[in-house]
Amino acid sequence: MLPLLRHARYVLSENPVTGLAFGLFALFLIAAIFGPVLAPYNPLQSNAAMALKPPSAAHWFGTDQLGRDIFSRVLVATRLDLTIAFASVILAFMLGALSGVAAGYFGGWTDRIVGRLADTIMAFPLFVLAMGIVAALGNEVINIVIATAIINFPLYARVARAEANVRRDAGFVEAARLSGNGETRVLLGHVLPNIMPIMMVQMSLTMGYAILNAAGLSFIGLGVRPPDAEWGIMVAEGANFIQSGEWWIALFPGATLMLAVFCFNLLGDGLRDIIDPRMRT
Amino acid sequence: MTAVPALQVEDLSVEFRTRSGVVKVLEHVGFSVDKGETVALVGESGSGKSVTAFAVMGILDAAGKVTSGRALFGGTDLLALGERDLAEQRGRELSMIFQNPRTALNPIRRVGRQIADVLVRHGGATRNDAPQAAIEMLKRVRIPDPERRAEAYPFELSGGMCQRIMIAIALACRPALLIADEPTTGLDVTTQAVIMDLIGELAGDSGMATIFITHDLALAAEYCDRIVVMHAGHIVEAAPGRALFAHPRHPYSAKLLAATPGETVALEDLVSIPGGLPDLRRSDLPACRYSDRCERRLDQCVQPLPQRTVGERHVVACWNPL
Amino acid sequence: MLNLLLSRLATAIPSIVGVVVVTFMLTRLLPGDPAAYFAGLAASPQAIAEIRHNLGLDKSLPEQFVAYVGDLLHGNLGNSLSTGQPVVAEIATRLPASAELTLFALIVAVAIAIPLGVLAAVKQGTWIDHLCRVVTTAGVSLPVFFTGLLFAYVFYYLLQWAPAPTGRIDVFLSPPTHITGFYLIDSALTGNLEAFWGALRQLALPAISMAIFSLAPLARMTRGSMLAVLGSDFIRTARASGLSPRTVIFTYAFRNAVLPVITTLGMVFSFLLGANVLVETVFAWPGIGLYAVNALITSDYAPVQGFVLTMAILYVALNLTIDFVYGLVDPRVRLDS
Repeated sequence: MLPLLRHARYVLSENPVTGLAFGLFALFLIAAIFGPVLAPYNPLQSNAAMALKPPSAAHWFGTDQLGRDIFSRVLVATRLDLTIAFASVILAFMLGALSGVAAGYFGGWTDRIVGRLADTIMAFPLFVLAMGIVAALGNEVINIVIATAIINFPLYARVARAEANVRRDAGFVEAARLSGNGETRVLLGHVLPNIMPIMMVQMSLTMGYAILNAAGLSFIGLGVRPPDAEWGIMVAEGANFIQSGEWWIALFPGATLMLAVFCFNLLGDGLRDIIDPRMRT
Repeated sequence: MTAVPALQVEDLSVEFRTRSGVVKVLEHVGFSVDKGETVALVGESGSGKSVTAFAVMGILDAAGKVTSGRALFGGTDLLALGERDLAEQRGRELSMIFQNPRTALNPIRRVGRQIADVLVRHGGATRNDAPQAAIEMLKRVRIPDPERRAEAYPFELSGGMCQRIMIAIALACRPALLIADEPTTGLDVTTQAVIMDLIGELAGDSGMATIFITHDLALAAEYCDRIVVMHAGHIVEAAPGRALFAHPRHPYSAKLLAATPGETVALEDLVSIPGGLPDLRRSDLPACRYSDRCERRLDQCVQPLPQRTVGERHVVACWNPL
Repeated sequence: MLNLLLSRLATAIPSIVGVVVVTFMLTRLLPGDPAAYFAGLAASPQAIAEIRHNLGLDKSLPEQFVAYVGDLLHGNLGNSLSTGQPVVAEIATRLPASAELTLFALIVAVAIAIPLGVLAAVKQGTWIDHLCRVVTTAGVSLPVFFTGLLFAYVFYYLLQWAPAPTGRIDVFLSPPTHITGFYLIDSALTGNLEAFWGALRQLALPAISMAIFSLAPLARMTRGSMLAVLGSDFIRTARASGLSPRTVIFTYAFRNAVLPVITTLGMVFSFLLGANVLVETVFAWPGIGLYAVNALITSDYAPVQGFVLTMAILYVALNLTIDFVYGLVDPRVRLDS
């Protein structure tokens, strides 16, 4: 653990941007947890008298067409956006890591089925497949989570498969097997924990993409429904006012979304450098 | 016959800047190669043989830096030349062939084209007759069916064939100096001999000087007039091959000889050299970089190394030679 | 050459089968009664029953699948509820608009990403290398619908350099004579400069928004692959032979480095086809993405499924082409097959 910490400090000193990303991440986390408490206004409260007001001291990010405070909405939306992304990444991890590890460890038919499944998903443009899945499963937030998890599944399955394959005949696996553990136990108790660091890197690398994907789906009207606050749908609402010059309605949620994705991408790169310097490009 | 040096390297020092500090890869390296002569640079891996060659050719990695020295070649100091002028010389006047010929050739370019590229670049042929000139070169390195082979890609040829192609590229413009960096590594034993004979013969034909870099003393003795022994970035001994084999003067050369299987040493008598190369990042490197491994070390070994002439063209850098 | 084509075609077959099975499953996954969805919200029970029969939903699943494949082979993707038109016909008319936008965006992305990646690798550690790193990290972080809106605001509303973000060509201009369906090509072919300029102006903002999003993987891969090649043995040979820096970097290094970049194009197309939907929505671009989004809003499922299938088939075809081109460029693959 200590050498890892030292290495982490080295990576941070080499690349201060990663430190910045950690700071941003903390901010987003605070917003996600305490957003509703911190918000100065009720994010759903409309006020016709205050509609379409540009940013001011009272409304930092201005107000939207219904007079709702955009800052409050952006702040409160953090929880929903991050929850969708986190949930889908966790789900993709569970599906992908388990089936990938099994494929790499057992080989044979398991491997072929998992591989074919992953290939079939990869045969689609991923965002388009996600659209199709949400359209078919129904226009619900949970289905955005499922769709995003499915399109991320092949990435996880492939990484997990390759890593498990390498470790199949490693000494510690052999030892676990010889000390009387069943195959499933070896797989879950010994192989899976060993590939966790690499899966963690994978998770942080896909977080950004998951946020983008979910926001994209709600931008075209899937999943999240008004009046709920969510960055993608807020940009979609703001889009109608861009041509008349009310830029703030779309800008603030869009910029926040961008910052969140940027933060997770940097974080993923940084985490990869810390955990697995070989993968650095 | 008075020997005319084709290349004279003097006081060459090279440093590498790495994350963990400056590595003094070469220090005060000096040797010469006469026209028509073949000189071997011998040493363990990491002793600085290849770096010496790269420095002379001007193809060191970006991290490498020549900190002192001259490399006189036909009256010009190669180390003082700009990249543009040096590039004019490379491939025309001084050439180099490498180990692992299969990766040393462009994998997606027909080998005939690769030879033609060098010819066209140095005015050895015009664009139109370069393909034919390339085929002539393939004939010179005795590649059967050269017209067809010129159209081949490296992956379609054997390792030995690829090394012949490398030789054809290197010799296309009839250079005055050829540096062969472990040209037979990665080839099987019979091919090794064929390649070495080919290099020797082509060099002899044109009076070309050859530097042969190897860790194999026996191979060096068989093909080279003189042998230069390197250790940890220093030249420790330089001598005619016969003299070195008969009476090595530097303790390291002696150990190296004892570790080489050959007529005089049976396999079971092979000795391994104790210790490894010193860490060249150390700031307190001893004057003699072999002293930590040496059984004949004296108190005076901490003083700057001497250059003792101990015979006809036989120099040793040691306070207590054998 | 023929062998290469056949072997590549063979690898695409499982993908096509997978795509057809998945889209079939998507039509049957509709929660509740698919017939009710296809019939629309206001349909009477008789109408639903009729649709169920028409769609073959009263048959067993394998029978339904056979019927589905049969329909596909006849080019039948069903009818749109809101327009009553066959989905195939509507997609066919709208496809050129999407294809022109996507390909133009790809050309812009390649034109920026490859020189940037090459320069970043050749001048490693300099400002251009850092620029490349910033562009690649920022590029993938930009929500494409947001960049599109931002561009529309800045270049249309504020600066008035760009035309209104609505459609493929100015409403006061008539589109060029239909030849390929690509406005730029058609107007160039007919010498209609006014239409060419008009179409280009409309195309610029959406295409650049998409290009920025998709150039990151290209630039990153170009840089990485160029660095790897520049460090390889044969580049040392080329330098040792005195070849000019131009020849070393372009003829020797770049041609080798571009091979993995070609492979990355598959991922780039996945990005582009997805981004296409969002950008068409922002710029009211009359392509198949906008068609699908409009159908989604009205719960009109046949067009959505037709769209997903079309996109997937296109994507498989694109990957096939990429594979084939790779084989042509790399002699190791070409001569092996």
